[in-house]
Amino acid sequence: MNSFSELSNPMQWDIGGKRLNSRLLIGSALYPSPQAMQSAIEASGAEIVTVSLRRQSAGDQAGKTFWDMIKALDCHILPNTAGCHSAKEAITTAHMAREVFETHWIKLEVIGDQYNLQPDPFELVKATEVLVKDGFEVFPYTTDDLVLAQRLVDAGCRILMPWGSPIGSGKGLMNPYNLKAIRMRFPELTLIVDAGIGKPSHAVQALEMGYDGVLLNSAVALSPKPIAMAKAFQSAVKAGIYGYQAGTMPERDLAAPSTPVIGTPFWHQK
Amino acid sequence: MTAISVRINNEMTTLPRGLSVSALLTRLGYQQQNFAIAINETFVPRSQYATTLIQADDTLEIVAPMQGG
Repeated sequence: MNSFSELSNPMQWDIGGKRLNSRLLIGSALYPSPQAMQSAIEASGAEIVTVSLRRQSAGDQAGKTFWDMIKALDCHILPNTAGCHSAKEAITTAHMAREVFETHWIKLEVIGDQYNLQPDPFELVKATEVLVKDGFEVFPYTTDDLVLAQRLVDAGCRILMPWGSPIGSGKGLMNPYNLKAIRMRFPELTLIVDAGIGKPSHAVQALEMGYDGVLLNSAVALSPKPIAMAKAFQSAVKAGIYGYQAGTMPERDLAAPSTPVIGTPFWHQK
Repeated sequence: MTAISVRINNEMTTLPRGLSVSALLTRLGYQQQNFAIAINETFVPRSQYATTLIQADDTLEIVAPMQGG
């Protein structure tokens, strides 16, 4: 976690060699239209946008049109390896992404199960080891498993992106205990909750527990009002960061009156 | 035999033997710069297009930017 005392602006943080002012990373898929995508990303205040690579035939201008719209947003680009099921596929995709998007950042996804899109931990570590050696800044999409987190750190990751819950499920933080454990074990690491965020309150929860940021897509893109929801998330990440900075009160099992009891009318010593 | 079969973006096609990646791209009509290529799951950097020859039974992936989460 970036130290607040070092930063004049609590929203400011450093990630992958960049200093940013938004704790929100946002995806570019599933919006009702390209214009809605562009407007929602702008409204979110996010400075990192995730993109992907897909097969394209000659003469198909869809990719160019999309890329021109993304470039106009002037955000940092985080390409993903979505759809890859082996380290080999992910490594090749990462290299193609580096050439196309001209960035050494890669959101490394290696899917191990098609039912819940859970990462394959073994292939993920294997791909990370190769890509770090090849000069990539790896943003691994991982589960909330503490030992896997350690293996990824051993492989050279400075950033971890454990899931809140399966991609696109909107179920929020399924296992806060595991997420907190990762935060506590790796206080210096940049941690981002990636996947499963469905509501602004989920983002607040992640940041309140000390996570540095949240990455989401469906929560905004599939809202009936994507632009309004993007603004809601912009506010949510601010609330979470300010709340974490302020520190929360200790939780108690019993009620404790907040109004002073001394001088309470109608009260008599028995 | 002067023709070879290759798979490009999951479609089989026939090409003349000895074609470079550069020549292939020209032949297919790829003009913009926003794409990347892998042959047999191995990335081919743009700097190697002119010197990389397409072989029989090669599998090519030609990809471009797309929406992603």
